[in-house]
Amino acid sequence: MDLGSINPVLLVAALLLASTPILLAAMGELVVEKSGVLNLGVEGMMIVGAVAGFIAAVESGSPALGFLAAAAAAAVLALLFGVLTQVLLSNQVATGLGLTLFGLGISSLMGQGYVGIRPPASPRLELPVLSELPFLGPVLFSQHAMVYLSLAIVVGVWWYLRSTRSGLILRAVGESHEAAHALGYSVLGTRLAAIAFGGALAGLGGACLSLVIVPQWTEGMTAGRGWIALAIVVFGSWRAWRVLLGAYLFGGVSVLQLNLQAAGIAIPVELLSMSPYLITILVLVIISSDKRRAQANAPNSLGRTFHASG
Amino acid sequence: MLKIITLAAAAAMSASLPAVGGSHGDGPVKAGFVYVGPIGDGGWTYEHHQGLLAVQEHFGDKVETVYQESVPEGADAERAMTQMALQGADIIFTTSFGYMDPTINVAAKFPDVKFEHATGYKRADNVSTYSARFYEGRAVQGHIAGKMTKTNKIGYIASFPIPEVIRGINSAYIHAKKANPDVEMSVIWVYTWFDPPKEADAAKALIDNGVDVVLQHTDSTAPQAAAAEAGVISFGQASDMSEYAPLPRVSSIIDNWAPYYIARVQAVMDGTWESVDTWDGIGPGMVEIGEITDAVPADVKAEAEALRDAIGSGEYHAFTGPLNKQDGSPWLAEGETADDGTLVGMNFYVEGITGEIPN
Repeated sequence: MDLGSINPVLLVAALLLASTPILLAAMGELVVEKSGVLNLGVEGMMIVGAVAGFIAAVESGSPALGFLAAAAAAAVLALLFGVLTQVLLSNQVATGLGLTLFGLGISSLMGQGYVGIRPPASPRLELPVLSELPFLGPVLFSQHAMVYLSLAIVVGVWWYLRSTRSGLILRAVGESHEAAHALGYSVLGTRLAAIAFGGALAGLGGACLSLVIVPQWTEGMTAGRGWIALAIVVFGSWRAWRVLLGAYLFGGVSVLQLNLQAAGIAIPVELLSMSPYLITILVLVIISSDKRRAQANAPNSLGRTFHASG
Repeated sequence: MLKIITLAAAAAMSASLPAVGGSHGDGPVKAGFVYVGPIGDGGWTYEHHQGLLAVQEHFGDKVETVYQESVPEGADAERAMTQMALQGADIIFTTSFGYMDPTINVAAKFPDVKFEHATGYKRADNVSTYSARFYEGRAVQGHIAGKMTKTNKIGYIASFPIPEVIRGINSAYIHAKKANPDVEMSVIWVYTWFDPPKEADAAKALIDNGVDVVLQHTDSTAPQAAAAEAGVISFGQASDMSEYAPLPRVSSIIDNWAPYYIARVQAVMDGTWESVDTWDGIGPGMVEIGEITDAVPADVKAEAEALRDAIGSGEYHAFTGPLNKQDGSPWLAEGETADDGTLVGMNFYVEGITGEIPN
């Protein structure tokens, strides 16, 4: 196929960056759900991260501080969810939805006065020598730091869940909180930590949008990416690598279809527009099609409330 | 629990229903606004909200305004409108094309409430439509775009394939082509009015494909930021977006709804409100051209302003023949201008634009 004016180097570089917010949010939610908690507030945590990161970066002039503030603010919001659902035993689905609405509202309040401002530029991380390689250089070694960080987090989460004692406890809590509790593990502590971690990653994802991708603050700017992240965790059957694949597929096909349109490739636009959703779901469903194994991978206690005296 | 809530809601609804039928009497006129995006989008919804604020300022305590932001087009819009009508709104402005059927449906249930639907074409005894001739502004943008492009490639971020958007694409292309016969235009359909990251990605995709002038028909300022980063030119859409001037934003189309909103609320107060179809352009001031910055050479600026004034005075029509449709079939003969009927339902590209309009 003639790709016309599409430059593959720019395309790959663009899709890596475009996928990063969803990847970060989905990795956070993966850990939360593995601990047996369903937090539907990803969208709300992302947007709070986006606005908090933006404000901190503008006020301090440092994008790095912005990202830290984004992670912290979203983690605080997530802990609010944690206290409500884990300590006060409220319904997780309702509380998660409430968290999204709350996040959207408070972010637009916080963002008053930050509309139309440009954030400090987040420079690309040019790895010496490597970034000058033809083709691979700009694609692999000249990305924004968050792209590398998100990949490191995928590896870290995979390794943590698979190979560490604490990861095993987290999975045990997610599989059967009664059994974990009977063995003397702290269900509450584990889950609160997971929830805070999930919030921090969603916040980083949001800050990626407001500081790097868009880069500006606009109300409601996450525009549903939190929900995509949630869907990718389920379709990726709670496995880090599949979530990575799902996020890159979704982000990649989204960018690719825009480029195909810009280059005037004769594929019906309707088809191109639905392709990110279609292809991501199709691929993830096919690779997760072994029903027995997929079910074995879904945390058994997902969304169930736990009360120690019960 | 659910049952109790339902009962309570039903009771509340039946209690407030009789109040809706009555006139507003001596109390303030209540005007409701339904927005498709957040009021801080910096574009489309921002300008409608400026209209609301103008109404509030003009009438003071004789008017009470309510609004709801980010209402999805579809079933949820009916809920939002119904709620406003139940709360006693006398006139409700529904400000997006996708609210057309919901507006008609809700209006049928509340015959005493006046509805004003923006950019649609379905009317009823208590439903007016209003829109602005944005395509007149697009002609000015197209001219500047054609003169300013160095790669001879201009890009257009389009939202949904509806006549309003297609008119804008055609008008921009016709005038870019007149200014620069070598110009090519790429159109990207994003299927959203408001999704900043997607709008930014679309702008980047255009720029990565060699485009150096970006026009947008979406509501956020995200494409402006992308254009600024890449060092290409853009135009403010719906609102002035002057925070991106003098570059990348070299000019803009500003929707000025305030005079219309004030006039319509006044009509409700006077009891003279009638269902009408309003479609105003540069002349009456519903469409304004934002300041053309110094990044544009003086001669191009003068030409653009002359074009603006000619359209405003009615001396020139943005769709003047000879023009062919995309398939080469003749549309307008030499000197002939397009009639409003064709423009309202425009579903074809003019000759020279590549690509197809999605169904």
